[in-house]
Amino acid sequence: MIDLIYKIGHFLLITVFATALGLLFMGIARKIIARIQKRYGPPVYQPYLDVLKLFGKDAITHGFIFDFGAVMALGGVIATLFFIPLGSWQLYSMEGTVLLVIYLLAVASLGMAMGTVGSGNPQASIGISRALTQMLGYELPFLVILFSLIFRYQTSSIWGLMQAQAGSFLNWNLFAYPMMALVAFVVLIGMMGKKPFDAMIAPSEIGSGPVVESGGKYLGMLLLQKSITIIIELALYVNLFLGGADNIFSFSFKMLIVWILATMFGSLFPRFRIEDGVKFFWKWPLGIAILQALYIII
Amino acid sequence: MNNNFVKGSWQEILDWAQNKSINMLHYCTGCGAIELPPTMTSRYDMSRFGIGPAATPRQADLLLVTGYLSTKTLRRLIYTYEQMQAPKFVVGFGSCTINGGMYWDSYNTIKQLDKYLPVEMYIAGCMPRPEAILDGLLKLKKMINNGEADGYQRYQDNLEFYHQNQEAVLGEVQRTQ
Repeated sequence: MIDLIYKIGHFLLITVFATALGLLFMGIARKIIARIQKRYGPPVYQPYLDVLKLFGKDAITHGFIFDFGAVMALGGVIATLFFIPLGSWQLYSMEGTVLLVIYLLAVASLGMAMGTVGSGNPQASIGISRALTQMLGYELPFLVILFSLIFRYQTSSIWGLMQAQAGSFLNWNLFAYPMMALVAFVVLIGMMGKKPFDAMIAPSEIGSGPVVESGGKYLGMLLLQKSITIIIELALYVNLFLGGADNIFSFSFKMLIVWILATMFGSLFPRFRIEDGVKFFWKWPLGIAILQALYIII
Repeated sequence: MNNNFVKGSWQEILDWAQNKSINMLHYCTGCGAIELPPTMTSRYDMSRFGIGPAATPRQADLLLVTGYLSTKTLRRLIYTYEQMQAPKFVVGFGSCTINGGMYWDSYNTIKQLDKYLPVEMYIAGCMPRPEAILDGLLKLKKMINNGEADGYQRYQDNLEFYHQNQEAVLGEVQRTQ
C-alpha cells in the first residue's frame, strides 16, 4: 500500500515537474528568438500565463473523437515520460525502453491525428499528414543510431545506455561518436518541429496545422502536451549522448544547453518543404548514421 | 466564504491572465494591415506586452479590424467573430471603422462597425501609427484587467439587434448555432 502511494506520488511529481520545466523552456526559447531578432521579447513566464488564460476560456468541441484525440495526445506523452530517466528519477527500468519510448511517442502523434479527423478541418489534415510524413523521415536515421548504440553497449534500456557512458566525460557518446551525436541533434530538431522542419505547423501557410481547430481549453491541453514532449525529447538526447546525470539539477542544466542550441539553430533557417525535409533526412543524416553504424560493427 | 466571492475572485484571476496574454487575429482587408508588421517586429515589438499573433480564429482573443469593410468582407468578418472562443474582443482600427472615413459615400462599404459587431474600442487615425496602436492595445489591456471589456456579453444580450443590422446589409447570414 505504502509502495503504491509512493509510486503515485512519484508519477504526479514527475508529470508536474516536466510540465513546468517544459513551459519554462518554451518561455526561454521565445526570449532567445526575440533577442536574435533584436526584440525585447515576452517575459520568460509568458507560457504559464498563456496556459492559465487558455484554461479560462470557453471551448467548442467537435464531437467525441476530437475530445478523445486531445486526451490521447496528452496521455501518450505522460505515459512516455515514465520510461525516461530524468537524472536519478526513474520509475520503470527494463530492457527495451528505448524502443518502447519510440512507440509511445507515436501514440501521441496518432492522438493528434485522431483529433484532427474529429475536427474535419482540411488544413488540420494537411498538417497532421505532414507531421506523420516527417516522422517517417527522421525515425529512420534515429533508429539506425539507436540500433548501433544498442549493438555497441549490448543493452536496450535507456538507463543501461546512460550507465555505459559513466566515468569521465570523454566516455559520453557526444565525444566517443561525434558524428552520431550530430545526426541525433538534427533528428532532435526535426522531432521537436523546430524551424527548418516545421512544415507541419507552418502558421502562415496552413494556419498552425494540427491545432487549427483547437481553441480555449483544447489548445491549453495541447500546449501542456507540447511542453512534456519537449522534455521527453531533450531527456532522450541527454541520456543517450550527454551521459545523463546523477541528479535532476545537472540533468535540467544539460537539457537547457541542448534546448538553447536547438532554438538558436532553429531561428536561423527558413522552412523546408515537407518532401525536401524528408529527402534531407534520408540523404545526409541517414547516410552519416549508416557510416557510423558500419564503423561500430566492423 | 460564499460561492459568489470565490467565483468573482477566480474571474479576476482569469481577467488578469487574459490581460497578460492576448492572441491577436488581424483581419487584414484595409490599409491598416501595413502598420501591423512594424508593430509586431523589432522596431516596436508588441510581444513584450504579451500580445502576439494568432494563426486561426479559434486560437484568437482579439479581432483587429484593420480598415474599411465592404459588405462582402463583413460577412466573413462575422463568421470569423462567431468562430472565436468566449472572452473575445474587437478593436476597430482607423477612421473607416468609426464613420466610414474616406469611403463615407461608397455604395458597398459599411460605415459603422459598432452596429454589426460589439467593438471594445477604436484606434483613431488614417492610418494610426504603431505608437497609437500600442497605446490603444495597452488601454485595452487595462480594460480587460478591470473587467470592462465585455463585448462578447453585449453581443449575447443584444443578439436580436446585431442580427437585424447584419441582415439589413447582407441579406441572409448563415448561422452555426
